[in-house]
Amino acid sequence: MAIKGYIRERFFPHIWCPGCGHGIVLNSLLRAIEKLGMSKNEIVVVSGIGCSSRISGYVDFHTLHTIHGRALAFATGVKMSRPELNLIVPMGDGDALAIGGNHFIHSARRNIDMTAIVMNNRIYGMTGGQYSPLSGYGTLATTAPYTNIDYAFDTVELAKAAGASFVARSTTYHVQQLTKILKQAILHEGFSVVEVLSQCPTYFGRKNRKGTAADMMEFYKDNTTPVGSKAKKENPDLIERGVFVEKEMLEYCREYEKIIERAMKGRS
Amino acid sequence: MAKPKLKAHVIDREWCKGCGICVHFCPKDVLELDEEDKVIAARREDCICCKMCELRCPDLAIEIETE
Ligand SMILES: Cc1ncc(C[n+]2csc(CCOP(=O)(O)OP(=O)(O)O)c2C)c(N)n1
Ligand code: SF4
Ligand SMILES: [Mg+2]
Repeated sequence: MAIKGYIRERFFPHIWCPGCGHGIVLNSLLRAIEKLGMSKNEIVVVSGIGCSSRISGYVDFHTLHTIHGRALAFATGVKMSRPELNLIVPMGDGDALAIGGNHFIHSARRNIDMTAIVMNNRIYGMTGGQYSPLSGYGTLATTAPYTNIDYAFDTVELAKAAGASFVARSTTYHVQQLTKILKQAILHEGFSVVEVLSQCPTYFGRKNRKGTAADMMEFYKDNTTPVGSKAKKENPDLIERGVFVEKEMLEYCREYEKIIERAMKGRS
Repeated sequence: MAKPKLKAHVIDREWCKGCGICVHFCPKDVLELDEEDKVIAARREDCICCKMCELRCPDLAIEIETE
């Protein structure tokens, strides 16, 4: 099926600003699903609140647009009751790692089979450019007019430490890599985290004088490097992209199935 | 594999928001924004059908149709 077959065309053009990276994440995600040849009925997309979370409205799968920070909790409910479905949970950086930080680490710890996509634009886009836990030291935001003094989380390190069994990062510049990683993440059985560096030209870009959307993507090109590259050793400021973790671990719903069997033993 | 042959740049003018990402990253400088800030294939004969515009469009507004 062509990727247009996977969207709700009636809601286009979408609400995202000109050049918003979130549209590119949507583009790559649709291509990943198309390449996997999945049917609409086997996919559930669950999102919270934010510009990023609007993605669930545009895709023609089973979708839930839930509450800020709690997408993973809702997705856990769906997955536990219908473990045969493929859960995809796109989240904003604030959504996933500020208000939703606890759901994030505990979903990773449990290794429940779903794909969490962190659309990291380093800002609260929807509410007008407040800093997020991914903005980082020295950045400007509506709520940090004299520069931010909070250090940023490293999404990849956080996911690794919390126990996610698949952890990857890419950017909206590296769309071919992004599509490939999303495919891998969806196929992986266990909790998959894919961080995507995604530009918000309207707030992060404007506040921090990062230029146009294309300029912000040029930044991703120039300031990232494949994981384990020599360039990283020479320049530690480069951001690594690629797959960081891919390991087999017991999956939560399958383990829960065993508990049910044990509890029901001897009863019909 | 034979080189793909361009049929058309299929552009949805309703969906295009004129962000300029496709124009900026086209390796052959095929694309331009017109006076309404919508993308047009100004030098279509130079297109190598790499589809980078299609893959990076945040608005799903441009497609490369090949023969
Ligand atoms: C419980 C709750 N708290 C706060 C808000 C207000 N709110 C809406 S979106 C948002 C943050 C959006 O930032 P992010 O998650 O990074 O997504 P983006 O818009 O940048 O894609 C906040 C704080 C809310 N809707 N619900
Ligand atoms: S405010 Fe930022 S994140 Fe939200 S749609 Fe605009 S560019 Fe995208
Ligand atoms: Mg954000």
